[in-house]
Amino acid sequence: MNVDAPVLPTSSKSDGATQLRSRHLLGIAGLGAGEIALILDTAEAMKEVGTRPIKKVPALRGRTVVNLFFEPSTRTRTSFEIAEKRLSADTLSIATATSSVTKGETLIDTVRNLEAMSPDMIVMRHASSGAPHLLSRVGRAAVINAGDGMHEHPTQALLDAFTIREHKGRLAGLKVAIVGDLLHSRVLRSNVLLLNTMGADVCLCGPSTLMPAGIERFDVRSTSAIDEAVEGADVVMMLRIQQERMTGHFIPSLREYFALFGLTPERLRRAKDDVIVMHPGPMNRGVEIDSEVADGPYSVILEQVSNGVAVRMAVLYLLAGHDSAEPLKA
Amino acid sequence: MSEVMDGDRMSRAITRIAHEILERNRGAGELALVGIRTRGVPIARRLARALKEINGEDVPTGALDITLYRDDLMRNPVGPQPVIRRTEIPFSIDDRKILLVDDVLYTGRTIRAALDALIDFGRPRAIQLVVLVDRGHRELPIKADYVGKNLPTSLKESVQVRLQEIDGTDEVVLESTELHGPEVKS
Repeated sequence: MNVDAPVLPTSSKSDGATQLRSRHLLGIAGLGAGEIALILDTAEAMKEVGTRPIKKVPALRGRTVVNLFFEPSTRTRTSFEIAEKRLSADTLSIATATSSVTKGETLIDTVRNLEAMSPDMIVMRHASSGAPHLLSRVGRAAVINAGDGMHEHPTQALLDAFTIREHKGRLAGLKVAIVGDLLHSRVLRSNVLLLNTMGADVCLCGPSTLMPAGIERFDVRSTSAIDEAVEGADVVMMLRIQQERMTGHFIPSLREYFALFGLTPERLRRAKDDVIVMHPGPMNRGVEIDSEVADGPYSVILEQVSNGVAVRMAVLYLLAGHDSAEPLKA
Repeated sequence: MSEVMDGDRMSRAITRIAHEILERNRGAGELALVGIRTRGVPIARRLARALKEINGEDVPTGALDITLYRDDLMRNPVGPQPVIRRTEIPFSIDDRKILLVDDVLYTGRTIRAALDALIDFGRPRAIQLVVLVDRGHRELPIKADYVGKNLPTSLKESVQVRLQEIDGTDEVVLESTELHGPEVKS
């Protein structure tokens, strides 16, 4: 290969998509099937980097990435940090507890001040839906949404899809049951959008008090009977009961929730023999999932975590192609 | 457009290189082949077959994608990122003699990237460079150890290597890029 060759590949297995249209990743909404496949294919190559004796490539040398976390997170933040370091970016993580936000600074002021230090990318988690969108309009850095309120968590959906594809070889036509707190879950929203785009057959299940209004607009099946959702499923995805977001009484008790919606080995028997069980973490053992299932042979929960690094490397790499060279908006 | 190498000459060149490799390294004992994606990979596999035919030994063969090590990766502000493909080196390169294989040697920048990438995988005893075509115009102090064909070219020309495994035919052709406009380089 001549190195001066144009970088456009002659062919790609990603349905022709060779780049992402947006310079931000704010959600799964707006991504086409080809773009999703491009991210997953790139993640496959990135996963190999993590198996090398030196788990680092120079691709993002000299780029600065700020991880701006306004909500607690262990998994996602660590995963982004490892992904950034494996690509040789300079990284900086800010958690609200230690930042000026506790002194009353507004989001826009925090962002403007960060922007003045010209980071190339900002990874943001925020309790308010739409906060990363605001950030993407204010600044010139590329923005990656690491979870905003009850809206979206795109990299989680991408890593879930990557994990499913690794096990099943495809996404189209798979029966996927998503069970749990549908109302408060940004993971749900991103996953439904992604799985629908890729042609999976999704069934949502949860107590009627935890079903979002307008669930029918998702264009997927829904039920309040877990046995019905799990029946014949290729993938069972459990969602966490998000007590910290619950402002009212949605369920009588955690024990009753487990009795009616918890994933037990008995219930899992209704699924296909090669079913995989997923959970975005953190798990409430004995609430939405039985420990025997969480640690059992069908569980791919820890694989999801390790795949998260590869998927985030892919997103960082693909977005870094869009340079921040755009003029600063007044 | 003119054909520089047909299928016959290509396979003779690969056989000759295999003999040179064995002669210089006194056998295939510590050797391993690493092809640079895309077209270095099938050439590396053909070399492995040629080495086995001559000497009966299997030489481990891997594939290296150098995209993440390119020196122009983040310098081109707008435009798609190059697509990354899998690197597969299913053996330890420590203390082996690595034969790095590519189709065309031109500026030397791909090889520079490949050397950096390889060294992140371990500490080989030596790295030797195999290319099917050396077209000159080096921008870095890099030289091939085994060359299928030395091909003097002008900067306005492009060298196209086509391989059965990828392009459905074996040939090397020299094309004038002026016909296609100045933006097309090989």
